[in-house]
Amino acid sequence: MKEREADWSDWMASALAGDAAAYRRLLSALAPFVRSVVRNRAASYGLASADVEDVVQETLLAIHLKRGTWDERQPVGPWVAAIARNKLIDALRRKGRRVHVPVEDFAEVLPAEAGDDDGLRPGEAEKLISVLKGRQHEVVKSISVDGADIGETAEKLSMSEGAVRVALHRGLAALSQAYRSFRE
Amino acid sequence: MRTEDLIRAIAADAATPPKRLAPAVWIALAVSAVAAWIAAWGMLPPRPEVDPSFAAVRFPMKFVVTCAFGAAAAALAMRLARPGAALAPARVALFGAIAVLAAAMLVEMYVTPSGLWRERVMGINWLVCLVHVPLFSAAPLAAILLAMRRGAPGSPAGLGAAAGLLAGAIGATAYAAFCPNDSPLFVGVWYTLAVCLVTVVGAAVGARLLRW
Repeated sequence: MKEREADWSDWMASALAGDAAAYRRLLSALAPFVRSVVRNRAASYGLASADVEDVVQETLLAIHLKRGTWDERQPVGPWVAAIARNKLIDALRRKGRRVHVPVEDFAEVLPAEAGDDDGLRPGEAEKLISVLKGRQHEVVKSISVDGADIGETAEKLSMSEGAVRVALHRGLAALSQAYRSFRE
Repeated sequence: MRTEDLIRAIAADAATPPKRLAPAVWIALAVSAVAAWIAAWGMLPPRPEVDPSFAAVRFPMKFVVTCAFGAAAAALAMRLARPGAALAPARVALFGAIAVLAAAMLVEMYVTPSGLWRERVMGINWLVCLVHVPLFSAAPLAAILLAMRRGAPGSPAGLGAAAGLLAGAIGATAYAAFCPNDSPLFVGVWYTLAVCLVTVVGAAVGARLLRW
């Protein structure tokens, strides 16, 4: 546990300084953790397992967009678990349930189980990428689904790398916003 | 989109600088202090000379109280804005500020004949206080709420309320320098009421503005 937290804090600090490799390591390690936190609670609130992965993805986007709220004196695990809890509540509200998820349920941080990292194809997220339009859609699809890097994407789409970065960032923010708008 | 695909896309965006909460809040606090001071200085006449026989302790006490609430509200807001942060220390600070104000009021009642309590509470013009504290808190509230948009609160209304309390405390601190009423009984009633007003506004605006 302690070692894991030390790794996460290191990677988080590097990621905040702009290290993409450390960031990817961190997010890959956090995904099964988030999944176990969400899944652990979801069943008792009647959230389908396909929806679990939506919450996982929404949480990862929120981690990204809100990473400026992480304080380096603060452990990463509880910070992530609290974000996951918020996003789970959002997801349940979208489904029209009024719920109270006690904080204590997340205080006990579960070990991430191996074999959970199946990265299911989620329901809403499938449609989600299609909410992006034009360049944002092309850029996000190229980097996520097609696995190209920034440089390859820039070349393929005849854009500058700077423009690709901007489109990527705005695309991710738009994805997060799309989740939010389901709430209204 | 599979989760690992999403992770690849997010990691590729690592070079975009994170919107850090703490520096934004520090800037908002600096702006707030200047804005509240300029508003107070521009709108109110200087107060009469501090009477050492009456206000040697009472005058500085006003600032001890407003600053205690300000510090507690700042700690509370920062913790509400950060997922997973422990709230207990901020709650202790808030109870501490309330205790300071309550103690000042009790001492004032002890040293003041009960026939004078009403006069001390009512002061010279309480309406000036009720109008000006929220007025001086308006720009601080806007600045602080804007900075707090970088936060990730579990309860947007709760964070808005803490931001309102903080803005109210800043407005009250500026007002206190010009307010001719120095009795803790006046502060305890009218300052508190005015700051509560700002807190309620902060909660209402925050509930909408601070969703993420």
